[in-house]
Amino acid sequence: MRQDALANDGGGGQVGVARAAMAAGLRVGALDCVADRSGALFVERHRLLAVADLHLEKGSSFAARGALLPPYDSRQTLMALAATIARFDPAMVVVLGDTLHDRGAFDRLGGDERALIAGLQAGRDWLWLTGNHDPALPLALGGSVHAELTFDGVALRHIPTSGGGAELAGHLHPAARVFGRGRTLRRRCFITDGHRCVLPAFGAYAGGLNVLDRAFAPLFPGRGFTAHVLGTDRVYAVDPARLASD
Amino acid sequence: MSADPALPQAFADWFAARGWVPRDHQLALVGLARAGTSALLVAPPGAGKTLAGFLPSLVDLAAGRPRGSGLHTLYISPLKALATDVARNLEAPIAGMQLPVRVETRTGDTPAHKRARQMERPPDILLTTPEQLALMLAHREAIALFGGLRRVVLDELHALVTSKRGDLLALGLARLQQLAPGLVAVGLSATVREPDDLRRWLVPQDGSGAMAALVEARGGARADIRILHSARFLPLAGHTALASMPEIYRAITAHRTTLVFVNTRMQAEFVFQELWRINEEGLAIALHHGSLDVGQRRKVEAAMVAGSLRAVVCTSTLDLGIDWGDVDLVVNVGAPKGASRLMQRIGRANHRLDEPSKALLVPANRFEILECRAALDAVAEAAQDTPDPRTGGLDVLAQHVLGMACAGGFDADELFAEVTGAAVYAGLTREDFDAVLAFVATGGYALASYERFAKIRRGSDGLWRIANPRLGQQYRMNVGTIVEEPMLKVRLGRVRRAAAGAPSGPVRGGRVLGEVEEYFAETLTPGDTFIFAGEVLRYETMAENEVLVTRTQPGTDPKIPAYAGGKFPLSSFLAVRVRAMLADPASWPRLEGGVAEWLGTQQRKSVLPGRDELLVETFPRGGRFFLVAYPFEGRLAHQTLGMLLTRRLDRARLRPLGFVATDYGLAVWGLADLSAALAQGRLTLSGLFGEDMLGDDLEEWLSESALMKRTFRHCAIIAGLIERRYPGQEKTGRQITMSSDLVYDVLRRHEPGHILLKATRADAATGLLDLKRLAAMLSRIRGRIVHKALEQVSPLAISVMLEIGREAVYGEASEDVLAEAEAELLGEAMA
Repeated sequence: MRQDALANDGGGGQVGVARAAMAAGLRVGALDCVADRSGALFVERHRLLAVADLHLEKGSSFAARGALLPPYDSRQTLMALAATIARFDPAMVVVLGDTLHDRGAFDRLGGDERALIAGLQAGRDWLWLTGNHDPALPLALGGSVHAELTFDGVALRHIPTSGGGAELAGHLHPAARVFGRGRTLRRRCFITDGHRCVLPAFGAYAGGLNVLDRAFAPLFPGRGFTAHVLGTDRVYAVDPARLASD
Repeated sequence: MSADPALPQAFADWFAARGWVPRDHQLALVGLARAGTSALLVAPPGAGKTLAGFLPSLVDLAAGRPRGSGLHTLYISPLKALATDVARNLEAPIAGMQLPVRVETRTGDTPAHKRARQMERPPDILLTTPEQLALMLAHREAIALFGGLRRVVLDELHALVTSKRGDLLALGLARLQQLAPGLVAVGLSATVREPDDLRRWLVPQDGSGAMAALVEARGGARADIRILHSARFLPLAGHTALASMPEIYRAITAHRTTLVFVNTRMQAEFVFQELWRINEEGLAIALHHGSLDVGQRRKVEAAMVAGSLRAVVCTSTLDLGIDWGDVDLVVNVGAPKGASRLMQRIGRANHRLDEPSKALLVPANRFEILECRAALDAVAEAAQDTPDPRTGGLDVLAQHVLGMACAGGFDADELFAEVTGAAVYAGLTREDFDAVLAFVATGGYALASYERFAKIRRGSDGLWRIANPRLGQQYRMNVGTIVEEPMLKVRLGRVRRAAAGAPSGPVRGGRVLGEVEEYFAETLTPGDTFIFAGEVLRYETMAENEVLVTRTQPGTDPKIPAYAGGKFPLSSFLAVRVRAMLADPASWPRLEGGVAEWLGTQQRKSVLPGRDELLVETFPRGGRFFLVAYPFEGRLAHQTLGMLLTRRLDRARLRPLGFVATDYGLAVWGLADLSAALAQGRLTLSGLFGEDMLGDDLEEWLSESALMKRTFRHCAIIAGLIERRYPGQEKTGRQITMSSDLVYDVLRRHEPGHILLKATRADAATGLLDLKRLAAMLSRIRGRIVHKALEQVSPLAISVMLEIGREAVYGEASEDVLAEAEAELLGEAMA
């Protein structure tokens, strides 16, 4: 079965990806990247850190509809982001859209959380991309707002496109169910074919969509991808043959 | 029990016309009702329990009362089918005596217009379920509906009080007792270990230990129970009882109708299949378990009532009260797990008090012989092992608080007094009550507030009410304490095989066979075979949230024997008896099936533990080093113990690889020589099995445990934090599970003292993790651990080790799975 998968996908790309994974990194178009266990992607050459889908204030969004979920999701998400930034010390942070869960999210954001965001922006460039949840971002967030960016020919955008050039995107919240030893483990993951990479959602309350879902099929035809699955201490590269659907 | 036996003439005549004499306990209840005294009736099956419960109401109503007097008697049962059954049984006396009594049922199936009408013009007697009672109590007209209620009859009380449904009912009863002063409560129960617990349950508690009166019906004829020994030597492990099938079949042919009870759905599937394999006479043998399609189950039940079946293979779905026709034999395959459970199952046969119930116990392995023998002795002594009384769930209380806010508002002090009047909530502190109240109102979070999204608010009159009517709707959608595991439909498909060597073609969907738990489906990989709906099926793929399967070639062995162990763990009571038997060679000659030889060999080659000791054996085998322990505390507690032991061995760098747990013991294996580590003092058993494992090790495991997350999900749904899923809703169970896991992670990190986590930990203590029992065991064996270092596996150990490969090994997936998958990818890439 594994042999088939390799043969079907034309092998070479897979091998390249796997080698890159040994160096705890992966390549997207012309960019050498490090996939981090937090769900962030670091591009050394530009000292650029990319994260996707923070979905801040998703908890209070549910609360407004009668489900009083613990109101600590924004805090948790931003603390995780702060820890990641402290490890990589990036010159530039790009958030790939869906930063705010809904239009009222910024108004609901607590003082501590706003201060946390401002503190993270100090001493580095901060670029927000718009997403379907947040087509407009308030000025008070700081940083600059963009629909799309390009680095070394690789497009950074919220919603991934099928076909076209190399890209880094979010939106789909990829997650992988890995099986082995009669059990399965479901975790968030990066999904990439060396040309396109979709980042996992970074938000504490952001759910995951299985990478075998049909939404991923047009982006990675014939399951020609590797999942970089988030573990507690590091990221694991996994072939689709070891993945199960939900 | 003294009572004025004078039944009204019409009743005396009615009994006489049927050739019946009113039984003492029936008359006693009439007398107690006249005196306005609540009562608990404890009676064996076939004692006319239901009629006894209703007789006082019928006598009262026969005297006539003004039109429109409202509801007189409320009857509550755990099963809606039972309510319907009782309604049918009440027809005979009511029609026979031409009583002016209107009886109606109200269940989830009752149409909305009928329910609305029942609120406006209630019947004299209403038969319903705990959930429907909660809904009615949350209605704005609850006071009008229940204000004149005279009696409440609670059927199968022994079964209800062991669960959260019992908590919900207890809260409902406390409310009824407030709304209807002078209300008389009657509990109907099978025999229980501590009737006083149930007597307290029925009446408001004020600290003085008030109890309802006790009425006991005398026991019927002694049950005729036999242990089936079809083989001279039973296998050392396994639960299939394959060798006994011909004798079970012969027993079926020799009786009118046989109920064949098994412990798990998979066992039901197996036994059903094997019986049909040898069903030469083509007897009508049916299958009944909770995963089968509902329509299919109803068909089986109807055929049963009609008397057209010779046998039904069933799980606990048929444990409770309904009269399934003319059953004259009960067969229990596998271990009985508890003496009281066994007695209730046996009571399903022969619903007549004066004839003995006939039962056959079929142990499947040698440990089960010990367990069957222990259960049989317990039955002979009429010893009971019903569980300890519950402490009321805080999640259920949260649901009730919202309901009371829907009903038209409550005063917090009054509600606290009312709730603590229920025996299960008598120990509730004001602090916890207030935390639950705050949870319902604003989520009860310490560090951030949802004041503006509050669900209930305190008005200027001091009463708490829901903030908007939409929340009433939310409450009604969410009421109840039964949280179904997310289930996936199993659909039979056909594979269009492509040319040889090519991957199999698409699978087309056929008919739906039933449902399996999502967590079972998650363990399957394509090509796995398992038994379901009486067939061996091959798992093909998951499509649109359905499990697609195909038929296998006849004679294919199922690869996945899930649920093989048993849903109910061995009761502590039987465990004590089994340990005592092991320690007493004089009792062995009574044990057939090779048990005496087996235990004798164990004594020679290793040792048998005393009744309060824990035996731990260590030995090498096949390049691995094993540690096998025999606590006899049931599979759930052993699973938890196994998780904690492997953590500790790992920390001691003794490289554990996995473990397997059964009802009797557990085996842990790894790469380091444990006998040597013990001999050199690098490891001590008193340290390894120390009670401190329930401290940090437990906390650490709980933070990531899937079992804990499942427990949290149940609490969150019952408490109303997360909405329940309904058929047709786009949200899948998977998404709910994910989101409740995320919520658990965030809450645990930021507010570990939250009331919902407290509720979750309380559940874990008695539920899936059985921590309470594990703690009791660790304390029991302190200073009583017997270690035996062996050269090879002992006879006792074989029975545990044979479960490796049958039972799922080590319940939870770790990141080893990820590391392995990566190694595989890298290996191929470099090849």
